[in-house]
Amino acid sequence: MPKYLLLKHYRGGPEPYRAVPPLDEWAPADVEAHLAFQRNVDEWLQQNGGSVVDAQALTPARTWVRYGGPDAAPVITDGPLPETSDLVAGWFMVDAESHQHAVEFAAYVSSEPGPGGTPLYEWIDVREVMSAGPADD
Amino acid sequence: MDPLDEGVLRALVPRVLAGLVRRGEDFDLAEDALQTALVEALRVWPEHPPKNPRAWLTTVATRRLVDERRGANARHRREEVTFAQPAPTDTEEGDDTLFLLFCCCHPDLTPTSQVALTLRAVGGLTTREIADAFYVPEATMAQRISRAKRTLHGARLDRPGDLAVVLRVLYLVYSAGHGGRIDLAGQAIRLARQLTLATAEPEAHGLLALMLLNHARLPARLDAQGRIVPLDRQDRGRWDTRQIAEGVRVLQSALAAERPGRYQVEAAIAALHDDAASADETDWLQILAWYDDLVALTDDPVRQDPAAVLARAVAVGHVLGAAEGLRETDRLHDVLGERHRWYAVRGHLFELGGDLPAAATAYADAAHRATNIAERDHLVRQAARVRAAEPRESS
Repeated sequence: MPKYLLLKHYRGGPEPYRAVPPLDEWAPADVEAHLAFQRNVDEWLQQNGGSVVDAQALTPARTWVRYGGPDAAPVITDGPLPETSDLVAGWFMVDAESHQHAVEFAAYVSSEPGPGGTPLYEWIDVREVMSAGPADD
Repeated sequence: MDPLDEGVLRALVPRVLAGLVRRGEDFDLAEDALQTALVEALRVWPEHPPKNPRAWLTTVATRRLVDERRGANARHRREEVTFAQPAPTDTEEGDDTLFLLFCCCHPDLTPTSQVALTLRAVGGLTTREIADAFYVPEATMAQRISRAKRTLHGARLDRPGDLAVVLRVLYLVYSAGHGGRIDLAGQAIRLARQLTLATAEPEAHGLLALMLLNHARLPARLDAQGRIVPLDRQDRGRWDTRQIAEGVRVLQSALAAERPGRYQVEAAIAALHDDAASADETDWLQILAWYDDLVALTDDPVRQDPAAVLARAVAVGHVLGAAEGLRETDRLHDVLGERHRWYAVRGHLFELGGDLPAAATAYADAAHRATNIAERDHLVRQAARVRAAEPRESS
């Protein structure tokens, strides 16, 4: 089965379909519904013939690092960056049957309840993982 | 004694290993050989329980050592030596544990190596179990352990070690995890209990008390959905009263020595929380007095022990008012101002003082900096709750 990486973003990507305030500003019941959906999101894939290999969340703090040259300390910066630069919030690594299958799971992830309990319509970035070995033919 | 009981098997590991090292085997090789014997025991014993589990482990480990070093023809001679060993006493058991803890917590090792080696050589866990407990691949953990043992290679292991390092390592094991397949907190308590057999040092007893008194609240710390329940909202009926009673007993015996230290002080604070029938009945005045003692243990507590100053600020808030508590946290801004806990404590204090908008902002700032999903979700909920200006249910 090919692997796909589904990325969630804190910012970046297409114009939001539905603009919502940060999670901590939602009504408590909406927060609960959202978090409960997240906890069980991998069940969809299990019931639909795939599996989540790994899912992780990232903190928003970011450090850019590069080689500083011989005998020099690494060069570190936290900006300035363009306002629109991507900030990844987390990922699902999934085993899916096909690109279409991964897209369907991404759509399900994006249906997570938002304020008022209605879908959030969050954009999900779907990427195919390159396999390491030579292709069979 | 039921040799199939995993606890019995694990408890034998330090005794067998200490026996091997004491009779002159190299720590590194002996520990490897015993690990092989342990894995073999887990496989074979359910079908063929040994008559004398300790002798069985010693024999299999010895055979392995002999195979490794001198070839199979020396085997019989060595086995005769093994079986000629006198039966051990209880004192020896405590001594064995202490001796091995000093080996595993050697100051040349990094804290993560000390923890891994302690769990394997003293805790009797397999490499796979330790890897699972820390969510790393087994190969990574195996590498970490062999690197640690390489560092120990040639180091003299006959001098008494640093008990403070041992206590710190056990506390790290305790803090590393609850509720996984391998309950590290439970393992740490077991090891601390063994340690208290070997030393009268009050801080060792204080550490055991601290672990017991905190662990007693574990059943109430998460709800059925895995959500964090803060101390003031926990169902106190779910606390483990047997563990609290043991913790208080151990703490009292430690305090009787009148040589206080940070584990005893922290245990005393935990005991006061455990003792309150409801959050409102918490004896904050006494808790603050103990925090005063805790911060007095360092010369410059803001730099050297900021966690204690932050925790004390909560007690200050409850005794002298939220504004006083917040003033205490101000002193920590340069040291902890980027940590989620600093914001979380301020959120609690703002809420205590009735400033709900400031509380919501502080909780949200804390959530933004959290590094643990359960804590992040909890802080988001706290922010949403006070933003919605829901009055807290008073208990």
